Amino acid sequence: MPSLLSVVLGLLRLRTVGRHRRRALLLWTVPGLLLVLSVHYAAVIAGTWYAFTDWNGISTPHFIGLRNFQQLFHDQGARTAFVNTVILAAAFVVLVNLFGLIFALALHRGVKTRNVLRSAFFAPVAMSPLAVSYIWQFIFAYDGALNGALRAIGLGSLRRAWLADPSTALWMIFVVMVWQFSGLMMMFYLAGLQGIPDELDEAAAVDGAGTLARVRTLTLPLLAPSVTVSMTFSAVLGLRVFDQVVALTNGGPAGATETLATQVYEQTWIFGHFGYGDAFALLMTLFVAIVALGQLTILRYRERQL
Amino acid sequence: MLLLAAGWWIPFYLLIVVALKPPAEAISSPFALPQHIDLGNFATAWQGSGGVGMGQALVNSAVITVGSVLALIVIGALAAYGVARQEPRLGGVLYIAFVMGIIVPTQLGIVPIYVALRHLGLLGTLAGAVLLYTGILMPLSVFLYTGFVRSLPTEYEEAAFIDGATQLQAFVRIVFPLLAPITGTVAVLCSLIIWNDFFTQLVFFGGGINNRTLPVAVYDFVGQYETQWNVVFAAVAISLAPVLAFYLFAQRRLIRGFTGGLRG
Repeated sequence: MPSLLSVVLGLLRLRTVGRHRRRALLLWTVPGLLLVLSVHYAAVIAGTWYAFTDWNGISTPHFIGLRNFQQLFHDQGARTAFVNTVILAAAFVVLVNLFGLIFALALHRGVKTRNVLRSAFFAPVAMSPLAVSYIWQFIFAYDGALNGALRAIGLGSLRRAWLADPSTALWMIFVVMVWQFSGLMMMFYLAGLQGIPDELDEAAAVDGAGTLARVRTLTLPLLAPSVTVSMTFSAVLGLRVFDQVVALTNGGPAGATETLATQVYEQTWIFGHFGYGDAFALLMTLFVAIVALGQLTILRYRERQL
Repeated sequence: MLLLAAGWWIPFYLLIVVALKPPAEAISSPFALPQHIDLGNFATAWQGSGGVGMGQALVNSAVITVGSVLALIVIGALAAYGVARQEPRLGGVLYIAFVMGIIVPTQLGIVPIYVALRHLGLLGTLAGAVLLYTGILMPLSVFLYTGFVRSLPTEYEEAAFIDGATQLQAFVRIVFPLLAPITGTVAVLCSLIIWNDFFTQLVFFGGGINNRTLPVAVYDFVGQYETQWNVVFAAVAISLAPVLAFYLFAQRRLIRGFTGGLRG
């Protein structure tokens, strides 16, 4: 048994050593902080500055003010990329959340097959979007699986050059995105559903409320936080789409499926317009930030209402 | 529901089936099981031709993934401990400094980073990639670790200090083992992100430099073999095999790793 004196001394030592300890601990944060400051902050600030120059990656950059952005707004290709990005992201957010929610609701109660099903739908999420998109490129190819299947069941007349046709190409990218990430949204919603006590739902059922009515008036409002997280996450994910476009169409046919992210890459590393590409990147970053923040605020507001 | 799940997996079924078929069969009857199994596709994919084959690329990807994740765990845990056990105001500022990095996207900063690494001669090297990814994912690691450390009671460390341990000893022997669950999450999440990342690796390794990693190798391979679907699929299968295998054998851990970050 330690004596009273030694306990008091021990406590006193703790008090003074505590402050020294905390200051020493600061040192531990330095490596991590240095990395973050350079890779994230310094680089982004530099990138923002380069967006206002005419840099080509080799010679010295010259400040040219808003000329890059003027060019952006007048260029047809840039406008197409912007529109494509918005359409893809919007459609993606709606459908991927819809599927995710439906899957989560269906899997929430089922007993035996639940884990198998959950794993089955989540598997694509862990895969590389690039690799997965190549499989789908085969499926959508003119001599590929989809057309082959259509012909086999007698609907041969519906066959198309899915990826080479400007009117369908973008939607094929959309299909791949939804296929891969519905499982992730399902996970978000499953986590949210687990937070809803079963008794509420059962009580409503006993009172005679049908399934759809229960979902709409009871489950959905209680799921509001999950909806917020899920929709914001999928919006950011959708706006940044890159791998799938490169694999499926490489921006074709004739630039019809370019997105902001692919344009950043193309302008900077294929055409060598480092400054112009950075302008794209800046615009994209701002846009994503605005959308994400906007969604968060709107959804948080509705959350509170409910 | 089961039917839907089965249908959902058709792409994976096609992947395996087509990869095993000789060239003609792949196009004529994509859905049918292969009549002759042609493993030559995999051999071609593994060795590649001229450039880097899947085999080497797999090794490269493994190296940068393991390297980066180790660095992320060590530096991240230490930094998070430093932040979480700090006086409230300074700790708060440091925390925000780290976490803002998650929101600030890398695409804007990738150009200056590219040029800086080119100056340092690190472009296209595995070490440079490890450095890059450690920096990119550090905010995520610190974010996950700090939340966890903050929830740890300080009694254990205090007891160790009374016993005369230095801070480092207390951290290594007592705190870090307690961080095991979140270390798992960080490891799984970061590994997946790095392994599958394409854009950054394309910028870093593209353009004819030889140290290719898996995503870039797949991209180049497809560019080379274009419509030879069976060989292409063999390459894709090789690239997906590690994750798919890991997924099938360790689903629970993987899903827990993914969703662990959700709760935290």
